[in-house]
Parts: sequence; C-alpha cells; structure tokens
Amino acid sequence: MVGATSRQELSAAGMALEIEGASQAFQLEGRPLPVLDDVSLTVRPGEFVALLGPSGCGKSTLLRLLAGLDAPVAGRVLGDGAPITAPDPSRVLVFQDPTLYPWRTVRANVALGLEARGLLRSHGHRIQEAIDLVGLTGFETAYPHQLSGGMSQRVALARALVNDPRLLLLDEPLGKLDSLTRLSMQAELVRLWQRSGLTALLVTHDVEEALVLAQRVIVFSPRPARITAELVVDRPYPRHRDDPHLVALRREALGLLGLAD
Amino acid sequence: MSASGVALRSRGDAARDASGDLATARGAARPGLWLGGLAAGLVWLAAAAVIALPEDRIEVGRTQELALLAALLGGLLLLAGLAAAWSGRAGERLRPLGPWLAVLGLGLIGWELLTAKFALLPLPFFASPQGLLEVYLEDWPRLGESVLRSLWLLATGYALGAAAGFVAGVALGWSRAIGYWVHPVLRLIGPLPATAWLPVAFFVFPSSGSASTFLVALAAWFPVTVLTWSGVAGVNKAYYDIARTLGASQAFLVLKVAVPAALPQVFVGLFMGLGASFSVLVVAEMLGVKAGLGWYLQWAQGWAAYGNMYAALIVMALMCSGLTTLLFKSRDRLLAWQKGTVRW
Repeated sequence: MVGATSRQELSAAGMALEIEGASQAFQLEGRPLPVLDDVSLTVRPGEFVALLGPSGCGKSTLLRLLAGLDAPVAGRVLGDGAPITAPDPSRVLVFQDPTLYPWRTVRANVALGLEARGLLRSHGHRIQEAIDLVGLTGFETAYPHQLSGGMSQRVALARALVNDPRLLLLDEPLGKLDSLTRLSMQAELVRLWQRSGLTALLVTHDVEEALVLAQRVIVFSPRPARITAELVVDRPYPRHRDDPHLVALRREALGLLGLAD
Repeated sequence: MSASGVALRSRGDAARDASGDLATARGAARPGLWLGGLAAGLVWLAAAAVIALPEDRIEVGRTQELALLAALLGGLLLLAGLAAAWSGRAGERLRPLGPWLAVLGLGLIGWELLTAKFALLPLPFFASPQGLLEVYLEDWPRLGESVLRSLWLLATGYALGAAAGFVAGVALGWSRAIGYWVHPVLRLIGPLPATAWLPVAFFVFPSSGSASTFLVALAAWFPVTVLTWSGVAGVNKAYYDIARTLGASQAFLVLKVAVPAALPQVFVGLFMGLGASFSVLVVAEMLGVKAGLGWYLQWAQGWAAYGNMYAALIVMALMCSGLTTLLFKSRDRLLAWQKGTVRW
C-alpha cells in the first residue's frame, strides 16, 4: 500500500511526540477551571493515534498544546525531543470548522502557509499537488461560499498538507459532515496518512471513527481530562465497520466511556 | 421502463424549454421597438411644445433654448425607440431607464406650467426651468469653479480622514495598549458633530482652507475608525490560529488576515464618512471658505437668486451621488468574494 516514491513526494517522516505530565487550566469567572490533568503520552513517528472522550473534556486543549498555540501550566510537551513553545508549520492543525478565508479562492487558501513563509516562488508547485491530492482539481478559482461542507474540509486539509507537515493534528475535522461524506473522508484520511508517513493525532468523540482510523485509541475521562485506557487496534487497513474484532473493541470503548448497556 | 419514460419525457420538456428560452433570448436581444423609449420621446416632444408655444407669464430668457433641448432629447429618444434593433449594448443599458425618462418629462411639463406659464408659485422662491438653464448658461464659470473647489476640498479631506481612520481603526482593533489610550478619547470626541469644531479649527489653523480640510477629514475619520475597529475586533479568532500554525508573522496577521476580514465593515464606515464629510464641507464653505458650492449657495441666497441656488443644489446632488456610485463600484470590485453571501 505504502509506495516508497509516494512517501518521498510528500513528507520526510513523522514527528515523535512526548507529553510528560501535562496539565492545563483556564480562568473562568476568576476561578481556575482544570481541563487537562497530568496527561502523559508517547507517540511514535508515523503513528495514527485517536484521542477519544466525551465532548468538551479537554482533548482539543491537548491538540492546542501540541500545535504550540498554548503553553501548559504544568508538565512538558516535546516534539522530536525539543520543547514545543510556538506554532510551527511542521505541525498543522485542522479544525472542526474548515475556517477558510472567505475572501480567498481555493487556490489562495491552500497557498496561505507558503505565502506566510515567503515560499510561494520556490514551492508554488505544491499548491496544485495538494489540491489534486484532496480531489478538488477544477475548483481552484472557487470561493469558499460556493463549496459544500465536505469540499471546504478538503480545502482545509490541502491547506495543511501543502506545508509538508510532519505532524497532522485533527480536531474533529469530520464532525460537522453528513454521514456519507464522513465515510468517504475517513477512507481518504487513511490513504493520505499511509502515503505521507506523517504522524497523525485525531480528536474525536465518535468511537467508530476512532477504531476505523487509528492504530491506537486513547480514552479520556470527562473534564478534567485524564487518560483512562488505551486500546490497540491491530487490524490492517482498509478496515470494515463490521469486523468482529472492531465490534468487540467498540463495546469495550463504550464501556470505558460509561455507555455500555 | 417507467423510469425511462419519465426520463424521455423530461428530456423532451427540457428541449422544448431550451428552444423557448432561445426564442425569448433572441427576442430580448433583437427587439423591433423600444416602447418605453418611444413614450418618453413623445413626452419630451410634448414638453418642448409646452415650453415653446404658449407665451411666458413670467419673462425669463432662454425659453427657446430650453424648448430646443427638450425637443432634441425627445427626438433622440424617439430615434432610439425606433432603432432599438440596431442599438446594441448601449441600447440594452438605456432600456430600463424608459419609465424614468418619461416621468421626468412629465415633471418638466408640470414644473413649466406651474412657474413660467401660469405663475402659480410665488416668484423669487421658485425658479422656472428656463431660469435654471439661464443660470447654467450664464454663470457656468463661477459654478464650475465652485464645483472644482468643493471637489478638491472633499477629496483631500476625505482621503486624509479615511486613511487616518483606517490606520487608527486597525491599530485600535489590534493593540490593547493603543486601545487603552485612544478608546476613551474616541468615545468622548467622536460623536461631536465636526461642525461644532468650526470656531476652534478656524482659530488654530493658519488658513481657512486647511481648517476646512481638517474638519472634512474629522467628519470622515470618526465613522471609518469605529467601523474599521469593530471589523478588526470581530475577526474570527480561528483565522489567526490557522495563520499562526502555518508560520505567519505579525505583519502577515494584520495585513493579510485582519484587514481583508474587516474590509466589509471598513466600507460601511467609508460610506458613512462620505455622507458626513459632505455635509461638513458645505457648512465649512458657507461659514469660512470663500469658495465652493457651499459658498455659492450662501451667496445666491444673499442675493435672493434662488434660481442660482436651485442650480447649485442640483449640481451638488449629482456630485454626491456620483461619488457614492464610485465608492460602490470600488467596493464591488474589492469585495467580489462576497457576492452571494451579503446583499446590500
């Protein structure tokens, strides 16, 4: 499945992650509100890990720490052994909302990262590659308001991939899509990850999505988020939802989330 | 089988619809006559007759010239109505104006009858159409100079005010420190009408010209600042997060994220600023500067030359709506991405 040439065409290798005792809290009406509580996690380069937990438990906060958008109040977050202190294009974040810039065409949205770093001239060819990769060839001059939800999310993905990231942080990127688009996008995410060899972290509250996509599923408690379990999904891709192994894992995961019947 | 029948029928319908569309499209592209134009032409010819034939009750020159103009316009409209098939795109543009042109002609007839022909409106306060024409034909050097002076004052003042307001708005929306110092000042001073500063401005500034430029700029500055600021402050925070993770610098965040995202609001401010600076312009010219349309109005009123006043008012209205149109056009060009999302 993973061709050596296609690997080279995108990224060198995935990033290794270490999270050591990270805690995070926000101020809410003057009182500290803990959202992450002593989370420790190690991710191997090129691994696909899903962070599963109830809505609003603080998983997204963990992604913001890894992206370098926020700093933890306690603990350390390391990327390839170096502390993460600021955002960097090697670690890109894809949000639940595509948050495309409505005043830019698809091409200009995808070009954003290269433009911001002054690489348009030397790496401009990557824009079309990224657009082709997410299957939006022919929509380069469309504006975001002309696109469907699924197409917008593909543009957001292309905008992330054009920077040749080594870590892809996915914050429920398929959460708002209709169920059919969701299924096809899940399959595409797996293909993308396999081709590129980058490390992927997916935040989701959809058990099935986590099991179909990830090699490892980390289960979180309600807020403040704490790691309660880790499920290893040792099945080949492409996976099928009715695989008995996955069905058993699904029951286990739902039980861990307190939803078993 | 039934499905294929449906498909067949719908395809046939589609073909028929398409041919119908084609016929109407051809009909629209090559109309034989432009009825609106013909009607308007006849109205204007009638207006020419009303102006030229009966004796004027109130003698003001230029009656024959006005009749000639009305007849000329009527003739041209008749010609355009008859030649609609060959008028091309210009004709297409003119087409929707037909009803308005006819109503304007009717209005002219009514006005002419009320003033020059039957003298129903009291004299110095109302002018007849030929009176206005006389003003334009005889006083055009002074009126033209006034227009140019007003345009120059408006252009410099508005450009300065809008530029300063844009910069101030972006700074306010972006920097907390600047916001801390400027926000209270803006709150206190901004809502005061710019004309209230008139005495101070004329005292502080070396010339009445620079003082009025300042006042016009001030009038434009306030709405542009406030709306730019609220536009920048209202930018979706996720836009910044996205740009930061992709390696954007502060300058990029301001110029390529905050400013374009705030641009629709900035244009609202520019529209409001244009109206405000125009009214300040007129007041400033009436009171301080001895030139421009405001001064012309004042001068005409002083001499009870109400014909001149109406003539200047019409020029002023045309100038203002022309500038607004210009601003609309530039907005449509800059904010083309909004088409279909926001309607005005």
